[in-house]
Amino acid sequence: MRNFLWRIPPFKQLKMSFGVQRLMLAVGLVIVSIFVLMAALAPLIAPYGFAQLQYENGEYFGAQEPPNPNHLLGTTVGGFDVLSRVIWGTQTALMVIIVAVIMSIFIGVILGLISGYLGGWVDRVLVLVADAVYAFPSLLLAIALSIVISGGRSGLFTGILAAALSITVIFIPQYFRAVRAETLRIKQEAYVESARVLGAGNLRIMFRHIFRNATRTLPLIFTLNASEAILTLAGLGFLGFGIDPTMGAEWGYDLNRSVSDVSAGIWWTSIFPGLAIVLVVLGNTLVGESLNDLADPRLRARQSVEVAGDE
Amino acid sequence: MSDLLSITDLRVTFATDSGPVDAVSGVSLGLKKGEILAIVGESGSGKSVTSKSVLRMLPETSTVTGTVMLNGQNVVDLTREQLRQVRGSDAAMVFQEPSTALNPVFPIGWQISEGLRAHKVDGKRISKKAARQKAIAMLENVGIPDASQRIDYFPHQFSGGQKQRIVIAAALALAPKLIIADEPTTALDVTVQAEILQLLRDCRDNLGASILLITHNMGVVADLADKVAVMLNGKLVEVGDVNQIFANPQHEYTKKLLNAVPKIGGTRRLDYKPQASSPLVVAQNLVIEYPGRLNTPAFKAVNDVSFEIQAGEVLGLVGESGSGKTTIGRAIAGLTRSTGGSLRVVGQEMVGFRERKFKKYRKEIGFVFQDPASSFNPLLTIEQCIAEPLLIHSRELGEAKIKERVAFLLDAVQLPNAAAERFPHELSGGQRQRASLARALALKPSLVIADEPTSALDVSVQAKVLDLFAEIQKEFNFASLFITHDLAVVDQVADRLLVLYKGQLVEEGKTKTVLSNPQHPYTQRLLASHPIPDPQKQAIHRQKLIRLISES
Repeated sequence: MRNFLWRIPPFKQLKMSFGVQRLMLAVGLVIVSIFVLMAALAPLIAPYGFAQLQYENGEYFGAQEPPNPNHLLGTTVGGFDVLSRVIWGTQTALMVIIVAVIMSIFIGVILGLISGYLGGWVDRVLVLVADAVYAFPSLLLAIALSIVISGGRSGLFTGILAAALSITVIFIPQYFRAVRAETLRIKQEAYVESARVLGAGNLRIMFRHIFRNATRTLPLIFTLNASEAILTLAGLGFLGFGIDPTMGAEWGYDLNRSVSDVSAGIWWTSIFPGLAIVLVVLGNTLVGESLNDLADPRLRARQSVEVAGDE
Repeated sequence: MSDLLSITDLRVTFATDSGPVDAVSGVSLGLKKGEILAIVGESGSGKSVTSKSVLRMLPETSTVTGTVMLNGQNVVDLTREQLRQVRGSDAAMVFQEPSTALNPVFPIGWQISEGLRAHKVDGKRISKKAARQKAIAMLENVGIPDASQRIDYFPHQFSGGQKQRIVIAAALALAPKLIIADEPTTALDVTVQAEILQLLRDCRDNLGASILLITHNMGVVADLADKVAVMLNGKLVEVGDVNQIFANPQHEYTKKLLNAVPKIGGTRRLDYKPQASSPLVVAQNLVIEYPGRLNTPAFKAVNDVSFEIQAGEVLGLVGESGSGKTTIGRAIAGLTRSTGGSLRVVGQEMVGFRERKFKKYRKEIGFVFQDPASSFNPLLTIEQCIAEPLLIHSRELGEAKIKERVAFLLDAVQLPNAAAERFPHELSGGQRQRASLARALALKPSLVIADEPTSALDVSVQAKVLDLFAEIQKEFNFASLFITHDLAVVDQVADRLLVLYKGQLVEEGKTKTVLSNPQHPYTQRLLASHPIPDPQKQAIHRQKLIRLISES
């Protein structure tokens, strides 16, 4: 079990990393694990529900209460508990990441494989579409999609789906391009040629010989995209196209509501959701960047054999 | 007289993911002024690392101990700035691959003067104009015609051999006392190789430069070197005068290495027994064109070539890069489209063929690729790789039968059973090429196309793979198209020989006849350019080439 753990991606890299790179990766991994754990255990950790306004005895929390023993991080202008909403927010963020990234990986990878392998007009059309999507401002696209899907404002699942779908559309070209470029390269490799000499069909070549070789870089894009997904979700929420506060906790929405608090000296409503966004994005980026560096032997630092005599 | 370069107890260690690796352990060498020292050894012997440590061109993960005295300075202890001064002026480097050693976005003159302008002479930097004059002179020295015009050309406007001349010109620009040539001719054709070797010899004779030559080609050593150092696993096993090393090698490894070098007219590994059956491949006036782009006409890679391959025959196909030999091999396997004439493979017409119709005939053809490292899917085990053809064409055999067949094939190519579970990168180059042969033979093909099957291998490994090839050819009795640029290799296995030059067939005949009495001037030049791995014979052989060139 222990040996197995050291062989799966981020941990394997953690073991072979060294120095600052190791520190970066370790910090990133810790942040990401806390984030995931929090999402999984939100019902246990959070003192109140994300849409809860009253105590059990029917008494209201009160709006804009400063941090106190009952509300460790205070309450918002709408009378929600800040701590609870920050914790529940991890769940929403995680779900959006999972849905968005998994959908875009599936679609992007398949389109990339087909486009790179078949080439010709299929390739041209797909590249053109991908470029067009790239050129489109991503947040605008996300807003348009969220309006189409849910009329702008909605419950937890339609909200997540709207956010996830809009992010998916933006991310597909990234996976598409990465996989297409790899496919184009691998198509020329001798082992693909040798499969062709053997008479292997196109599907067999694509999925047995190219697919796994072309998708090696995806974990890197995945971690980097995860942070972008969170930012897009927060952006949507901040602009008022996110999830209804009674349906799910969402940091972007909370930030939006706290804008007017900032000038009134009420700091606790904006700092904590903002901090949550920054930390999760930072954690993901640290993991992604370190994996990226470690995957490249030229960027990977190694422990020197002994103290070098020169320099 | 003290040595220009003296290396004492050099040790280089690399930090890798799997712990420290000693690339060079305790090498001591000396090189006098005007001398040519060749370091020979197989891949991984540490010869390149040794040469790179002279200018400290090693990656940051390396640790160097020992002393490298170059012109009275210990390179190992120099500061960065001192090192910069030494590079280029005391010693310069000629790289293996001339097409990547030159920056494609700058004209060659700029690249030669870059070295000149990077060094101050008497505290002053050379002016742009003077540097240009000097660069033109250098280009003339290395035999680039119209140097004053072509100095503004870009690297892609020169041929491979000319590019290597330019690299040498850049290396010579500051009149270094030592030239380090790391496999300077490995990427070049044999006729071009002869020219570059002549140029390097001129550098020594006329300019008095010492040369540290790194190579794995014993023919090159015999042609150029005065002294030879043989390396194995990071250690020096033998150093001596070139004549002594070739005539009377002391160390076991040196003997083994020299024995493995293929020689023209050496012992043959195969003899052909004619069989009465229709030919497997018939090419008549075959033309293969690569379509041109807008405004550029189509490129005729193969032009009007006719030949036949009989069942059970090994047909050698030799030529230089760009001669169309690989294209013919690929056309027979249906990887490249034939565009004109006729090419019949196992009775099927390949001009305008359809993959769907041809698929069932593919099991008649096995293909062995040049680089065994890249011809296996890195994510499949060797067993899975060899089972691929069986899974595609004879799935009905069932898993157990296929496994059995793979085990039989592994046995036939003398790979241990344990290799089945390994991944391609866990095998050595020679083992991988054996596995590649096993895969080609999986469906008992009647024709095996071997595209430079041994050119990526070390000589001793090459000898073993050729042995194996001969052995299984006798056992399975397949016909083979053996594509190679190495005349000595083809002499050992091929019964008949085709010589291609610029897409055209210039000579055809029994291998023995063609190699002992070549008729076409190109074949004559090819043969004369092929260095003989014996310094005394090579000296005579070289005169023949010079005579041939002066006659034409």
